[in-house]
Amino acid sequence: MSGFLTLIKRDIRLALREGGAVATALGFYLIVVAIMPLGLGPDLKLLGRIAPGVLWVALLLSALLSLDRIFMNDFEDGSLEVMALGPLPLELVVVAKTLAHWITTGIPLALAAPVLGLLLNLDMAAFGVLVLTTLVGTLGVSFIGAIGAALTLGLGRGGLLLSLLILPLYVPILIFGVSSVTAVITGPSSFAASFMILCAISLAAVVLTPWAAGAALRMQFR
Amino acid sequence: MLDLGKHAIFIWVSYGVVFASLIGLVVWLMWDGKRQQSLLDMLEAQGVRRRSARDDNDT
Amino acid sequence: MLRFANPTWFMNFSARVLPWLIGLTVILMGIGLYMSFFVAPPDYQQGETVRIMFIHVPSVWLAMMCYGVVAASSIGLLVWRHPLADVSAKAAAPIGAVFTLAGLVTGSLWGKPMWGAYWVWDARLTSFLILFFLYLGLIALRNAIEDETLAGRLTAILAIVGTVIIPIIKFSVDWWNTLHQPASVVRSGGASIHTSILYSLLVMALAFSVLFFALHMKAMRNEILRRRVASLRVRQVDEALAAQSTQAAE
Repeated sequence: MSGFLTLIKRDIRLALREGGAVATALGFYLIVVAIMPLGLGPDLKLLGRIAPGVLWVALLLSALLSLDRIFMNDFEDGSLEVMALGPLPLELVVVAKTLAHWITTGIPLALAAPVLGLLLNLDMAAFGVLVLTTLVGTLGVSFIGAIGAALTLGLGRGGLLLSLLILPLYVPILIFGVSSVTAVITGPSSFAASFMILCAISLAAVVLTPWAAGAALRMQFR
Repeated sequence: MLDLGKHAIFIWVSYGVVFASLIGLVVWLMWDGKRQQSLLDMLEAQGVRRRSARDDNDT
Repeated sequence: MLRFANPTWFMNFSARVLPWLIGLTVILMGIGLYMSFFVAPPDYQQGETVRIMFIHVPSVWLAMMCYGVVAASSIGLLVWRHPLADVSAKAAAPIGAVFTLAGLVTGSLWGKPMWGAYWVWDARLTSFLILFFLYLGLIALRNAIEDETLAGRLTAILAIVGTVIIPIIKFSVDWWNTLHQPASVVRSGGASIHTSILYSLLVMALAFSVLFFALHMKAMRNEILRRRVASLRVRQVDEALAAQSTQAAE
């Protein structure tokens, strides 16, 4: 257990020290949301209606940018293999590193979402729910993304391929995340149902994806 | 000819696209097969042997 | 089971079976097309455009069945290490992508006269579009990785992950679609399944299936040949290098 926590803390510390990746993801999130109205027109009512969707899609894209980070650095200098041989099972190593990714990237993005919602005239009533759903959703995003990161590990410039592979897998999170938020705005009380399913998806991702990611990593160790 | 109603063009294009792609697939598979076989023949003519070379007649 | 594992056995077997499959495909396709145009009556609502159904629905079914083949082959590779499993998975993916594209195009062309739009975000079309992306991902991942064995194994993982996610995607898209029910009633084809329409559809579906088996078998043969060529080339280089070094030593 202590090894697990140590690994999480280590990864968080490394991510914070490096700083750049987290800031880039946030910056990208900001820019994408900011240029939406430039493309769609400044009609506040329209923006308000599509805000949940835009915020979620931009969040997914921003999260995709940072997924490389989960395994790449440690793979390149060989420390990932050392971890695989250590006392902690590889699947738990994956969980620890992905949790660290969520803490350093997912949570900041989720907290930034309502702020960016101001740019899109998001209904204020939805702010709390937006944070809640994105916190839960980004957990699933990090874990499903970890599979993609593990699969494209050896590819160097695998970033775009990673997006192609992972975005279809994000569709359920996107759909239930957005419908949770719009349920609060437009009234039908399907919030609970959507949100429960979102939670289920994220939790299932936490439990199941480390097996796939672990298998993929093992195949690439020398 | 057949009278396929006022949306006939949609029907023809649908069938056309499907059969064109299926035929394209067939043509590609046949061409690729011939290419691999001729490469194989060329290499074997140059004397390179496979380990299980006794089962060579695969046509 | 192991007796059927080796590529040489497969090459011999397929050499005998393939011509029959091709013949059967041609016959079934001929019968099916005849039935689709001359036996099946026009639909009482859609008129003649129902005939698009006879290639649209089989394309969709085959696209899905093909993914099943990819998934089963992937499991065969990772769990049982069957030597032909990777060949099967690699051969099937592009074929599946073609069927999916055919399904998307015919669905779109069927949709225009029926719903008035080339694309609607109906649950079925949307999930089918995502299936197309999954196929593209499989092909792209395999092409991106140089080591053939590694590529096969990583692609197998992706295929299996995709399989698990597909029902979830289907469910979420259905949910999403009921939330955003379009104003017009979406009338799916086959509302009035006339027997001759049903039979024409089944014959075409059978024709497409046999066609798939023939295409897949041929693609597997090509892949086996390709791998033989590659291994002979490696051997050729090895022999050349060995000859060079013995010469240098003299």
